[in-house]
Amino acid sequence: MKNSIVEPLPTDDDIIMIDHVYKSFGKTRALVDVSLRVKRGEVCFIFGPSGGGKSTLLRCINHLEKPDSGTIIVDGIPVTDEKTNIDKVRAEVGMVFQLFNLFPHLTVLENITLAQRIVRKRPPEEAERIARQLLERVGIPEKADSYPGQLSGGQKQRVAIARALAMNPRIMMFDEPTSALDPEMIKEVLDVMMGLAREGMTMVVVSHEMGFAKAAADRMVFLDAGRIIEEAIPKELFANPKKERTKQFLSQILY
Amino acid sequence: MAIAEEIGKPQPRLIPWTRKLEGMPWWMLILLLVGLLIVYSIYSSDIYQDAFTFLLPGLKLTIVVTLTSFSISIVLGLIAGLGRVSKNIVFYNLSTLYAEVIRGVPLLVQLLYVAFVLVPLGVDLLNAIGGLMLQHASSNPLLGIAHSLANLNIKDVDMTVRAIVGLAFGYGAFEAEVFRGGIQSIERGQMEAARSLGMSYFQAMRYIILPQAIRRMLPPLGNDFIAMLKDSSLISALAVRELTQLGKLHRSRTFRTFEAWNMVAFLYLIMTLSLSLLVRIMERRMAFEE
Repeated sequence: MKNSIVEPLPTDDDIIMIDHVYKSFGKTRALVDVSLRVKRGEVCFIFGPSGGGKSTLLRCINHLEKPDSGTIIVDGIPVTDEKTNIDKVRAEVGMVFQLFNLFPHLTVLENITLAQRIVRKRPPEEAERIARQLLERVGIPEKADSYPGQLSGGQKQRVAIARALAMNPRIMMFDEPTSALDPEMIKEVLDVMMGLAREGMTMVVVSHEMGFAKAAADRMVFLDAGRIIEEAIPKELFANPKKERTKQFLSQILY
Repeated sequence: MAIAEEIGKPQPRLIPWTRKLEGMPWWMLILLLVGLLIVYSIYSSDIYQDAFTFLLPGLKLTIVVTLTSFSISIVLGLIAGLGRVSKNIVFYNLSTLYAEVIRGVPLLVQLLYVAFVLVPLGVDLLNAIGGLMLQHASSNPLLGIAHSLANLNIKDVDMTVRAIVGLAFGYGAFEAEVFRGGIQSIERGQMEAARSLGMSYFQAMRYIILPQAIRRMLPPLGNDFIAMLKDSSLISALAVRELTQLGKLHRSRTFRTFEAWNMVAFLYLIMTLSLSLLVRIMERRMAFEE
């Protein structure tokens, strides 16, 4: 492959390497020359105005969107390479969606065990044991036999997190995980995410929850009009943003 | 004491009886009465009883043909429906071609075409394959197959089989559209969530998309089943001895035109009405679940 120069060594610290990625939808330019590195164990927080390309960037990482050009390497596997078996990469990258996307025809337990059985080929008993442990961890063990339709938004999102974690992913991606939640349910989801961050999970989080960024993020990335405008550690970014656009955006969303 | 209890009970809401009458399914009542009348005449009249016993094998064949063709058409519809939503250019275009061609030709013409053009062509093709195999075959088990292929005659292919193939292909195109609609009615996020867990496209279809889609497809599939039951009367044009064909025969046998067609229509109606009642119940249950 051409991009063998960026082929990382197994010991390489960068688990996600994004280089010069472009993506357009018709005439809209969603991503313009985006390059980004995410280190193993790092919590990378991506924010910016809507339509800025945050979700598109996330979806490019597990190839739900195909970039027009550029390379993306996840844990040593080039996902932008045509020959890569993308299903293998996706199993290692957990994704949590804004609208949960639980499977409504399956119970909570089945939601969490299905991919374990058919993708990871785990025996049913093992899959169920793991699912129950994870439900315990996200605080809703009693909902194992409920259907998604019987849960509140916060509970649904916690099941979605458990479902992604059950695959033992090396990276967890969150696409605005609290945007569709009622205010009183945001905390229960953020608590679970905080726990993950503390355990050293590599996380890429697209969100507007600045409180979470302050508490958990190692790095913040400001994305606007498809470009990375600024990248900094939270303290620095909140205290003195370097770019005018970042300043302006922060002043609009922070009280 | 008794009066107090009476007051405590929730009072039934009073609806004027005229309004209740307006809401009655009168059509059903009329049907029921006519049905009872016919059942009574079957029992009391020798002519109707004769017609009924003569038509009974046809009724059975109609049911068998419809069930078989419908099962095949579901499989064809599933394959072509998956093609209609596929990103694979060849698969998509083949499925769309199939659906468009079939939908553009009258079912009766399709049946005649399958029975007298496609099936003979297929037999010729099998004969040719059998001939080739005879030239090259060396092992014994293959030789038997080769002989039977080479000696297959068009007369060996029963008209009922041709009719079933014709009906199945004709309805497969409609079922393909039902499958396409059902699959596309499932939110995109379902496929994305399944794929992001590492499932392949077909695993996602099998475990996530189709189970949800099929629930939504049951009422239209039920309606298509009823339509096929009625359209199976067209295969009388191939002289298959199903209900309509036996109706024709009975009429020319007895010259009891009135009774023959009365009986045929009544038997179709009983089947379709009870089936559409089932579909209605199914639809109501679906509406409740969603």
